[in-house]
Amino acid sequence: MDQEYTASYKKILVEAGNQVNFMGSFFRNIFRMNFEWNEFVRQCYMIGYKSFPIIGITGFIVGFVMTLQSLPTMKEFGAESYIPKMVAISLIREICPVIIALICAGKISSGIGAELGSMKVSEQIEAMDVSGANPIQYLVVTRVLACIFMVPLLTLMADTLGLAGSFVAVNVSSDVSGILFFHKAFNSVEFGDLLPAVIKTVFFGLAIGFVGCYKGYNSDRGTESVGIAANSAVVSASLWIIVIDGIAVQLTNALGY
Amino acid sequence: MDQQEKETKQSEATEQAGTAEQTATTAQGGSKEVVIKIEHLSKSFGDNEVLKDITLDLYKGENLVVLGKSGTGKSVTIKCVVGLLEQDKGSLKVFDQEVLDLSEQELKELRIRIGFLFQSGALYDSMTVRENLEFPLRRVLKIKDTEEMTKRVEEILEGVGLPDAIDKMPSELSGGMRKRIGLARTMILKPEIMLYDEPTTGLDPITSKEISELILSMQKNYGISSIIITHDIACAKIVANRVLVMSEGEVIAEGTFDELEGSDDELISSFFK
Repeated sequence: MDQEYTASYKKILVEAGNQVNFMGSFFRNIFRMNFEWNEFVRQCYMIGYKSFPIIGITGFIVGFVMTLQSLPTMKEFGAESYIPKMVAISLIREICPVIIALICAGKISSGIGAELGSMKVSEQIEAMDVSGANPIQYLVVTRVLACIFMVPLLTLMADTLGLAGSFVAVNVSSDVSGILFFHKAFNSVEFGDLLPAVIKTVFFGLAIGFVGCYKGYNSDRGTESVGIAANSAVVSASLWIIVIDGIAVQLTNALGY
Repeated sequence: MDQQEKETKQSEATEQAGTAEQTATTAQGGSKEVVIKIEHLSKSFGDNEVLKDITLDLYKGENLVVLGKSGTGKSVTIKCVVGLLEQDKGSLKVFDQEVLDLSEQELKELRIRIGFLFQSGALYDSMTVRENLEFPLRRVLKIKDTEEMTKRVEEILEGVGLPDAIDKMPSELSGGMRKRIGLARTMILKPEIMLYDEPTTGLDPITSKEISELILSMQKNYGISSIIITHDIACAKIVANRVLVMSEGEVIAEGTFDELEGSDDELISSFFK
């Protein structure tokens, strides 16, 4: 029994060590010569541009549904004029960053995990390595940096479309002008609401990209391991997002934002 | 196999190695320069001891074929040569440099001098054939000039007999074509040593013969030293200057193809049937 515990602790420590090591080689390779700009731009396109539809629709519907659900209660208290403020603050500070990051974990992290996993299985990563090229610089650095850049942008887009969804929902039952709605929404949002949310999404992007790359790059042999890499990438990235969000909330509260 | 039998086989292998050395010497016109020297190499994965005690030399300009059943550690041996795996014990020198002692940069420089053809060809499947071939040129040789790159790509594709495949995706290529393109991508860096991991596995006899002849032409045209891991006896017969037989992580015989084919040892001769 003791041996079993020792073995599982050892396994956890080895895995943690490998992740730290992998993170180290990611950071070391960012600053190496010959940055892969073309591949970085291609990854931004694949990760960012190709995710626009799903992120846009999600952002719009989140704002729309949130407004429709809260409108009756707000009306009961005669506080429907607070809808733009409430929706803007909740979308920008918490709902959009977390929901969009979770969707990105499902779409992007699993995609990267599966792609690198199948490259590992078909010996493409080893082929890069033995040819003298640098697979970490070409495959990992570009993907993780693309996630770090694109996840905040996708979140900002979802914030905007969420507010548009809210405006549409308000106009389903009443008649509010766009100028009034957005004036009230933006007046209620401060720099202190936006900045922590953006910083948080940078870390979400790091987690999404890093976990996907780590799981794919270190997958075992065999086709089954590609599925396992994709699946565990989603699970781990989602978990990291929740953990980072928890820490971020504590930090922003402590800093008075 | 008991201990006495093992020792007899080892001494036979050593005797045959003497003959093999002469053969290799003849094959390369008098040169006895060793490019890869492996001594008492062992490697385990957990409790599974894959390599027990491997000793072999690869001479400059020769083709050394390694035969053996699946799981006897042939691929592990060549992966140790390029530093993809680290041995547990023993010495592995390439161009007189101990691979384990090399720094990251030194290992990278060594790898440029060694070509490795993977069993599957390992083409980058999101890139066209041209991009596959340009990949090492851009990143390893740092060639920026588009014209020079195109010239080199066309030249090497001509060399492997596939000039029309330049804009195709790997998914559009047959197994034999993938191996040829894989070989072209490796050869484009003009390596001094080639390591072939089962180059004809999964191919029909005609394509296998074509690939074997291609390996032979690479040796003749570029003077490359090669280790060829294969189960394909027809391929071994075409390409081998010297053959080495591995069993259960050990070298059990070494000699020319004809010598080993006529061996009285049942285990050795069974590979040639």
